[in-house]
Amino acid sequence: MDDRKLGGYIPRDRAWQPDALTPPYKTSVKRSPQAALLSFPSSLSEETSPVFGHATIGALDNDLIHNFAAPSQSAIGPRIIVHGQVLDETGRPVPNALIEVWQANAGGRYRHAKEGYLAPLDPNFGGCGRMITDENGVYEFRTVQPGPYPWPNGMNDWRPAHIHFSIFGHGFAQRLITQMYFEGDPLIQRCPIVGVLKSQEAVDALTAPLDMNRTVPMDSLAYKFDIVLRGRRQTYFENRVEGL
Amino acid sequence: MPQSLNYLRESPSQTAGPYVHIGCTPNFAGIDIYGGDLGTVMKTGPVKGQEITVKGAVFDGTGTVLRDAMVEIWQADAAGLYPSANETRGAADPNFTGWGRSAGDMDTGEFTFETVKPGQVPWPDGRMQAPHITVWIVARGINLGLQTRLYFEDAAEANAVDPILSRIEHQNRVPTLLAKLEKDGSYRFDIHLQGPHETIFFDI
Repeated sequence: MDDRKLGGYIPRDRAWQPDALTPPYKTSVKRSPQAALLSFPSSLSEETSPVFGHATIGALDNDLIHNFAAPSQSAIGPRIIVHGQVLDETGRPVPNALIEVWQANAGGRYRHAKEGYLAPLDPNFGGCGRMITDENGVYEFRTVQPGPYPWPNGMNDWRPAHIHFSIFGHGFAQRLITQMYFEGDPLIQRCPIVGVLKSQEAVDALTAPLDMNRTVPMDSLAYKFDIVLRGRRQTYFENRVEGL
Repeated sequence: MPQSLNYLRESPSQTAGPYVHIGCTPNFAGIDIYGGDLGTVMKTGPVKGQEITVKGAVFDGTGTVLRDAMVEIWQADAAGLYPSANETRGAADPNFTGWGRSAGDMDTGEFTFETVKPGQVPWPDGRMQAPHITVWIVARGINLGLQTRLYFEDAAEANAVDPILSRIEHQNRVPTLLAKLEKDGSYRFDIHLQGPHETIFFDI
């Protein structure tokens, strides 16, 4: 880090991020605020964030194939490694970011009391994992590729295979939840939830390419998924009374 | 063509979906893992200041309570210090995490946080803000996490000169940001996503 002062967070690009009201995704209709958002610059309350130490994380937390499995058992499905880097908008790596992931099993079934899809549960698959980025903002986890599944929206809507990501950066202003899709999935372009994204560029930003260089031969395929969190203004010339 | 600015775009948000609890509060969802869920305990030992309970629920535009939401709060300790690596003004209470996460009750959707009343935190220009708690809401149907703030109804003097509260054009909506003191001593903070009582949400 150089000696430039960090300013407030760069305003979120609301023209890029999805709108709250997106009628083809029906649940958004009654869950979307209608009044204008109140805009103001970030303050300490948004420029700070809880600390999650590496000690929080257990050895198997980022191995979804084994973190819920019985001893000597493993989850069923195509074995994959997902890896990537967390950066901010200025291109700087975000170390010590907490990433939590969750997903359906290889048959498209979630382990949840309110989930009724007829595909079976895998007794050796919980469907969640977590990790903290290293000093270069890099993360990696191992899992099985999730299956697509039908969901009640239109009469025949299917979610493309996806993994949910929740990310904590260094400021609460960076808090983000999103989903990762898999390159080449024909369901991506048909999904009303993907459809809330405003451009093909935004869809591409959430689509992980197959990364043959990171596969483990005779073991696992690999996908790369980089994540970008909001960045802070960098300036020599900003006067802030409290000296941030 | 001028030079490229070379900034990256923030990753687009997608809804947390109906199963956010699997990923963020798996033990609540019935998945026995990690030795417990993060954010369930904010006080890890004896804390300084006034201990409080905050309860509430999230309602959609029809007045129906959400039972698949996740609410997170982030706040300063009783002295107004954040337990964060970015806090440069002093050391926060070591027995206070400042961060809570709740899946809400499986049946009623009601969330509960056992926390402390936050102290005052300065605005960038040095003025003191009224005591407040940052609140973040995600759920199925919410495309981008909603951010708001909880202020305290019984801090009228500080609220009156708060840099944000005093700047709100529609002052008749300010009460949507005020936690109300209940008879049992707890604070009540209901969040309305839409409708006549729609909570003020922030673009920070």
